[in-house]
Amino acid sequence: MGMLSRSPWVIHYDGSSCNGCDIEVLAALMPRFDVERFGVVNTGNPKHADIFLLTGSINEQNKPVVLNIYNQMPEPKVVLAVGICATSGGIFRECYNVLGGADKVLPVDVYVPGCSVRPEAIIDAVVKGVGILEEKRAALRNNLKSAVSQA
Amino acid sequence: MNIFTGIAFVFLAPLLGGLVAGFDRKISARLQGRIGPPLFQPFYDVGKLLQKENLVVRKSQRLYMEFFLVLIILTGAIFFSGGDLLLVIFAFTMAGVFFALGGYKASSPYSFIGAQREVLQMMSYEPAVMLAAVGMYMVTGSFQVADIVAYPQPLIFKLPGLFLAFFFILPIKFRKSPFDLATSHHAHQELVKGITTEFSGRTLALIEIAHWYEYIFVLGIGYLFFASNVWLGLVMTLVIFELLLVVDNATARVRWQAMLGSAWVVALIAGGLNIIYLMLLRG
Ligand code: SF4
Repeated sequence: MGMLSRSPWVIHYDGSSCNGCDIEVLAALMPRFDVERFGVVNTGNPKHADIFLLTGSINEQNKPVVLNIYNQMPEPKVVLAVGICATSGGIFRECYNVLGGADKVLPVDVYVPGCSVRPEAIIDAVVKGVGILEEKRAALRNNLKSAVSQA
Repeated sequence: MNIFTGIAFVFLAPLLGGLVAGFDRKISARLQGRIGPPLFQPFYDVGKLLQKENLVVRKSQRLYMEFFLVLIILTGAIFFSGGDLLLVIFAFTMAGVFFALGGYKASSPYSFIGAQREVLQMMSYEPAVMLAAVGMYMVTGSFQVADIVAYPQPLIFKLPGLFLAFFFILPIKFRKSPFDLATSHHAHQELVKGITTEFSGRTLALIEIAHWYEYIFVLGIGYLFFASNVWLGLVMTLVIFELLLVVDNATARVRWQAMLGSAWVVALIAGGLNIIYLMLLRG
């Protein structure tokens, strides 16, 4: 197992949600589930984060915010859409201002359904995300190598 | 103490410091009723940071952090090779200045405020550290760390007030509550990340490693108060560290005014009384 998968730092952003999923995200950090066992840290800084954990749907107002956070994260990075709101818009889908799920603006790597999503599912998603993180790093490396050999 | 212990510090301190940091996270988690990360978690974190992309605002900001690391290593090397305590404190201050300058250089509002707070923190702990050096000189008659360690009795008996002042400023150096204003390990949501906000990837790894050196050096100063017996010194250093973690988990952050005020008051009253007592003892 590489270092990346032992220390995933997460940034959590709440789009347009009912807050149900956010409470479950925090529950995952609390003593009962304690995701820090796996080295997961909830950071508030996109520049330190490896995993972008997005809850809630995307609307016109938070679209630039979400993009801004994503663009500030250093490579390799993955995006988790947590909760049915983030995967498709959920119950807010029909609202006049809602664009839909996170994949309307970002390349989502892991979709986690549930309303609200359970802490176990969130932990599972982070573990999946970590695997993708490793793949992305390997891909970045290969790109770099081929770029060097071509030059 | 000789040049070899100094060299040993350069190579062993990051390992030991990383373990201290891991121990810290484990114990903190336990105090909060959690299981906590593995003991080697800080090493995994740094290993990961080395593999990440290095985003910078300005290319030069990394240079300041490199100076910070080099000066911290220098500080510890002088200290552990038994050199002059005043020189050690001076080098330590220089290191802190470069750390703060790095924060200023990154010129984002968050790291800017973080850097300002770092400077305030330095102002808060300086008096206690200086007075501790003076007190050690008055007891042992020398500023050389090697002579202070060789003193036959534990210094704590002669310097209880200065030890109190030193313990009071310890949370500042370990970036712990109630004085974790510039940046902290636990409150992950304040001021983004304070002074280290704009640092990522390799540069952040560098800062972490510098902090590990810092931990060992600061614990080394704590050791000086009990240095007459190696085992007593080591056990008491551990006890100090444990107490620090309890304080960290039991208190909330204060404003900078309260930090500056209380650190100076404790240093001047407890430390000052201690120094007057030493003068009377000599007199
Ligand atoms: S998925 Fe359900 S619980 Fe989660 S934010 Fe949306 S509405 Fe709330």
